[in-house]
Amino acid sequence: MFWNKEVETIDRKALEQLQFKKLSAALRSAATTPFYKKVFKENNISVEKITSLDHLIDLPFTSKADLRLSYPDGMVAVPRSEIIRLHASSGTTGKSTVIFYTAKDIADWADLLARSMMATGTTRDDVFQNMMGYGLFTGGLGLHYGAERLGCMVIPASSGNSLKQIQLMQDFRTTVIHITPSYALHLGDVVADQGINTPDLGVKKAYLGAEPYSEETRDKIQEQWGLQAYNSYGLSEMNGPGVAFECELKNGMHLWEDFYIMEIINPDTGERLPDGEAGELVITHVNREAMPIIRYRTRDLTRIIPEQCPCGRTHRRIERIKGRTDDMLIVGGVNVFPSQIESVLMKIPEVGNNYQIVLDRHENLDRLHIRVELYSKMFQGDMEGLNRLKKKLVEELKALITVNPRIELLEPGSLPPSTGKAVRVIDNRKI
Amino acid sequence: MPQQISIFAENKPGKIERISGILGGNNINMRAITIADSGDYGIIKILVDRPVDGCKALKDEGIAATLKEIVAVRIDDSPGGLHKAASELAKNDINVDDAYGFTIRGSHEAVFVFQVKDIKKTEKVLQEAGFSLLGDNELYFL
Repeated sequence: MFWNKEVETIDRKALEQLQFKKLSAALRSAATTPFYKKVFKENNISVEKITSLDHLIDLPFTSKADLRLSYPDGMVAVPRSEIIRLHASSGTTGKSTVIFYTAKDIADWADLLARSMMATGTTRDDVFQNMMGYGLFTGGLGLHYGAERLGCMVIPASSGNSLKQIQLMQDFRTTVIHITPSYALHLGDVVADQGINTPDLGVKKAYLGAEPYSEETRDKIQEQWGLQAYNSYGLSEMNGPGVAFECELKNGMHLWEDFYIMEIINPDTGERLPDGEAGELVITHVNREAMPIIRYRTRDLTRIIPEQCPCGRTHRRIERIKGRTDDMLIVGGVNVFPSQIESVLMKIPEVGNNYQIVLDRHENLDRLHIRVELYSKMFQGDMEGLNRLKKKLVEELKALITVNPRIELLEPGSLPPSTGKAVRVIDNRKI
Repeated sequence: MPQQISIFAENKPGKIERISGILGGNNINMRAITIADSGDYGIIKILVDRPVDGCKALKDEGIAATLKEIVAVRIDDSPGGLHKAASELAKNDINVDDAYGFTIRGSHEAVFVFQVKDIKKTEKVLQEAGFSLLGDNELYFL
């Protein structure tokens, strides 16, 4: 099923012409922003000289650090009155990266998600329960608008509160859910604990995203729920979900090339790699008025599937994300950088400089343990002080990373000493 | 004012073994030991004959240890003995944070050892009620 057959099955040549036209417009628009004005000047780039898609490799990359440097609005290309929304994701230093949208950007994004959902066979007859967090995070509101655009009945359930989720599914006969893979597994167990045969709920499709997971996890979720699960890819810098989505064939995600120009590069050298080779995904957003972003380094590792998909769509597919080139952790769908955790620990004099971040999965939910050593000189000798310290650590960390950590206080010297390349992160989760 | 050693320890096997080894090796004698446990970790409190030396020996081994001031009051080793002292504390709204007691060999007396927020007030209350408090050396060498 096609939402917009003409665009989805456009021939490659016409697609490339369309991409170039949109790229030129995006570059002209970017050149008006304080950030790109400076970058283009420093690199002697004049937008008029970019006369073909191949010239894209002459342009410098944009990184997450650049987004932070231009915080809050150094990359904005339209007057403030044109902007109708912002979203934000957490940054490595506590300062978030912010993305802005005009009314057209929001409408186009919704359209792209309606296209993505229809590619999996979802129609206006479906009841869509959205279990991603609503708010600054793009996952919730992104699919919400897409599903409304498609004409589904949308249940904006947001994440958590499992019993309520089950009640909603039963009362309104939910057919499609949007959920993180770890929560899907957990919720499936909760449903079974209620004495309900999970497939009897009648949910037919699940869109899984926001965290890395394996093909085996997909199989498990499909079997547990008796549904079809589709892989969804997105990142807030590129709007949010809907950058790439699986079609009914579930064999790689179509990256919507009329909105995004993708490249795969060698993460160490920055060199572009041919289709089919694995490397870091780099994306240029050529369909956003408020905030064009050129050659954004996603830090996600994947490869382009060169063959055309039998579904008839000409937009190339990417494989499921295999990992990241940086140390970002995804905990229950939330991005967490070890440096954020470190910044909190280093501010608190009662704990030593040595720490460990341990991730594991309990009943299919991610758990974040932070193991810290008590600093001997600050030990007051009473339990009250220790409990207060633990509470303070939990509160300060939760405020910064939004994930609730479990703190383990250890005796001084019990962690392996840091020698410059200490193993700080132990990830026991199996994806 | 008497003191005891307060030690931070993870809730794992071998912790008392290590601490008692260090104290024994430094020829420090223990009078009493208590452990307060809070799941993953706990606090071990030890009354010894030479608390300053004992605490230093533990710290030198990298253990998180500190000295805490305590109140030690002499009570009768007979039914209701503790009740008399406890009544004085309750009457004066004094909260006992952490406590233990032991009897004194070859006597009809016992010692009640405890931690409170306001040590001065507690000592005054007990002394005015006619109780005898044990000073450092009296307590350590019982």
